[in-house]
Amino acid sequence: MKSTGKVTGIVSNLVTVLTDGPVSQNEICYIDCEGTKLMAEVIKVNGKSAAVQVFESTRGLKNGNTVEFEDRMLEVSLGPGLLSSSYDGLQNDLTTMTGVFLKRGEYTDPLNHEKLWDFTPIAKPGDKVIAADWLGEVKEGWLPHKIMVPFSFKGEFTVKSIVPAGQYNIDTAVAVLTDAEGEDVNVTMVQKWPVKVAIKGYREKPRPSRIMETGVRVIDTLNPIAEGGTGFIPGPFGCGKTVLQHAIAKQGDAEVIVMAACGERANEVVEIFTEFPELIDPHTGRHLMERTTIICNTSNMPVAAREASVYTAMTICEYYRAMGMKVLLLADSTSRWAQALREMSNRMEELPGADAFPVDLSSIISSFYARAGMVVLNNGQTGSVTFIGTVSPAGGNLKEPVTESTKKAARCFYALEQNRADKKRYPAVNPIDSYSKYLEYPEIREYLSEKVTPGWVEMVEKTKNIIRKGRDAQEQINILGDDGVPMTYHELFWKSELVDFVILQQDAFDAIDSVTPMDRQEYMLRLVLDICDMEFNFEDFEQCRNYFKELINILKQMNYSEFHGESFNKFQDQLNNLLSNGK
Amino acid sequence: MANKAFQRIYTQLEGITKATVSLKAAGVSNDELAVVNGRLAQVVKTKGDLVTLQIFSGTEGIPTDAEVTFLGAPPTLKVSEELAGRFFNAYGEPIDGGPAIDGEERQIGGPSVNPYKRKQPSELIPTGIAGIDLNNTLVSGQKIPFFADADQPYNNVMAQVALRADVDKIILGGMGLSNDDYLYFKHEFESAGALEKIISFVNTTEQPPVERLLIPDMALTAAEYFAVDKNEKVLVLLTDMTLYADALSIVSNRMDQIPSKDSMPGSLYSDLAKIYEKAVQLPDGGSITIIAVTTLNDGDITHAIPDNTGYITEGQLFLRSDPDSGKVIIDPFRSLSRLKQLVQGKKTRDDHSQVMNASVRLYSDAQNAKTKLENGFDLSDYDLRCLDYAKAYATRLLAIDVNLNTDEMLDTAWGLFGEFFTKAETGIKQVFIDKYWPDQK
Repeated sequence: MKSTGKVTGIVSNLVTVLTDGPVSQNEICYIDCEGTKLMAEVIKVNGKSAAVQVFESTRGLKNGNTVEFEDRMLEVSLGPGLLSSSYDGLQNDLTTMTGVFLKRGEYTDPLNHEKLWDFTPIAKPGDKVIAADWLGEVKEGWLPHKIMVPFSFKGEFTVKSIVPAGQYNIDTAVAVLTDAEGEDVNVTMVQKWPVKVAIKGYREKPRPSRIMETGVRVIDTLNPIAEGGTGFIPGPFGCGKTVLQHAIAKQGDAEVIVMAACGERANEVVEIFTEFPELIDPHTGRHLMERTTIICNTSNMPVAAREASVYTAMTICEYYRAMGMKVLLLADSTSRWAQALREMSNRMEELPGADAFPVDLSSIISSFYARAGMVVLNNGQTGSVTFIGTVSPAGGNLKEPVTESTKKAARCFYALEQNRADKKRYPAVNPIDSYSKYLEYPEIREYLSEKVTPGWVEMVEKTKNIIRKGRDAQEQINILGDDGVPMTYHELFWKSELVDFVILQQDAFDAIDSVTPMDRQEYMLRLVLDICDMEFNFEDFEQCRNYFKELINILKQMNYSEFHGESFNKFQDQLNNLLSNGK
Repeated sequence: MANKAFQRIYTQLEGITKATVSLKAAGVSNDELAVVNGRLAQVVKTKGDLVTLQIFSGTEGIPTDAEVTFLGAPPTLKVSEELAGRFFNAYGEPIDGGPAIDGEERQIGGPSVNPYKRKQPSELIPTGIAGIDLNNTLVSGQKIPFFADADQPYNNVMAQVALRADVDKIILGGMGLSNDDYLYFKHEFESAGALEKIISFVNTTEQPPVERLLIPDMALTAAEYFAVDKNEKVLVLLTDMTLYADALSIVSNRMDQIPSKDSMPGSLYSDLAKIYEKAVQLPDGGSITIIAVTTLNDGDITHAIPDNTGYITEGQLFLRSDPDSGKVIIDPFRSLSRLKQLVQGKKTRDDHSQVMNASVRLYSDAQNAKTKLENGFDLSDYDLRCLDYAKAYATRLLAIDVNLNTDEMLDTAWGLFGEFFTKAETGIKQVFIDKYWPDQK
């Protein structure tokens, strides 16, 4: 029997309900508001009184309105058809909603129940299976979408029967399993899972051992993110956070991308809706949209659903990871999610932590980041969820609770810098403050020297050193004046400018420069480092400046040209000439 | 329905604060309006049978035996074509002496547009001000604030922008306007003969601050009527959003909420986003564009109000008084329109973005020259030319009293390049130099 209740108090979207039976934490309920059912989640229970956060506007709600509890947590439907869909934070399909405005209480089905899928069985009758084992697969776009034993199944099952290859809709019972007690259960292509619980169903979660290419030099070369790794991008407004995230989404070497637009501008999501169907994935040549799911809960949509949206996105990622896929989750921005937590904690009159955020903010953030990672599945194959979140620190000050808590949880840190953005040095990632802990992993270092070139990490460290020395030199020049420092200072400074202009800066809007494959990154870095190793004898700083400006110009032209193409080679010759004359 | 809420009258208040009263009442719905001794109030909290009402005009003189009547519905606005040309207060009541509006009654602060149904903004909104059109082009469906110090003429600039913009309706939401500014707007609109396309919702400094909270929702409900029902291009002006946020903090303070940064409520971001995100390009051609004013404390943009605004809006425009030209200019360095690339060179001439970048870069060279001058270093010939250029650029293009169309702005810029620089110094693509470089006299 499901519990019911009556509304006894309302403050904005926090509603207290007097219940007539048992309710559980995070249980979903529906509040009847003059015929419209409003979805809500239990966030606190005190005796017979439950505090619920309503995922919609509570306008018109009255004390005494009836509430029905659902005896389940907030769930998502998992099955073929998730890709290329656009959902709100509660997994309602935005594309099938009627009307221009979002209607309160309108919940649409996330999956198409009519569509037929080409099913091929993997398991055979008699096979012993456990949760998350593969029973069959359908082609979703070009991806093999595995139909699995539902994650909620406990213990071992025997496959009793499985349908032959053919076309079925998602509600077809494709397999019948028998549990240890001899009871038969039907398995369809769709299963439900509570979003706030991590999907297990894998054998182990090893340390990440490969890097995930993004085509962005300042990430891949200087501070690479691991496949199954975590990273975050904090930065003040106007520093290019969103452009950088979109670049990663377009180019990231992943099979499935989930973008969670969490409390951000609607026009930015419209940009994704407009552009992605046109864009081609550089890795497969297919439309980007085919491998992308968008979870969109923009800043004007209800706050509680914003909090749910990141969990919805993560659950979808974990589902595809269980199929052995490389999944990338991008969340923009996790600060808005934290603010949603703050608003609710405030309404519940909890004692606040720093900046009025809830005291457990740090643990909520780290347990969310912990859901990412690479896993070894039951069948020995691997899958991964790589997670990159953006953080929008108040006033651009990185000493605030969300940035600090995230810094503890994420392994890569890409600090966007106002100063670089003002100078139009994009991507405005600060090369010194940013870091990737993965560069310290022996597995990753080994992988890089095998995959890229032996001694690669040493080259990267050398590059960072050049930038650091250049900064120091620049400070001295600024204090003492151009004439007040020895020539070597100017040389050091310009060598770091060379690295900055050729390696760090990258034109996200240029067809060629925007994506740099790893072999090209290695080639260019080697070229730049070779120049940095050279000794020059300039007569004055003007000569030094002009010489390096010329070098930078040629190397930038190379960045804009097709790798080893005609014009690339032409500029390479120009460069060699200049270098042999310069010595 | 046995007991309709609005039929009941209560006469016993349980508590009174500066902005709220509480009383025991039954059958009250969230957000619904009530009248307390003739003053309008709204339900903000219910706990058991205890209801808290926020009284828009303040609680001064409210007795514990005040008469409370519940109206059974949240704040509404009557919408129809009759709105055009009229002035209203925060409750949507005419203040221009004209008759009441007849029309469909709509709840204010309604739902948001399904993001999937939005269109990408792509229509240029010309203002004639080069600091905007040339450097920070506005696009219909955009939301952008002026960040200005209190002493800057932001209301004048906004009135100018509104009157020059090619839109069907202009809706002014004035929050905490001084009476002088209100009369200024009224006079400007009247003398421009544009009254029939202007609708104003005004709360002046003489009126209670909490009333301001209704202004943006009133203005945007009217805007949605014209943009959604009539497919019109609507421009909404909101001034001053800092005073709106201050009113939010007053209410949250009275309700004992824990303040976050700068004593603002923790929900400031969502509260502001709800307003700004009403800016939209609709599929059927209508659009709502929002130009707002956020006044700053001595240029401090790290304060919670401008900071949250910056994360929500699509750019910002900075006003600055320029000592060289003696004019108020739109600062080319700190101003930004995030949507400009959607129209520059697409809806305007092909050289637009190159000319914009070159002119700003040369202006920044002039700033470097100025620093050199201040530090007592010698200036080169190039530095001197930059300084002359900067003055001419500020006077002829950046100043807010300029009124040109975009082609004229581009031609003016080319004229300045020809006057002060060589072709190579501008660093503009050769094709554009060949096409547009002014002939030598």
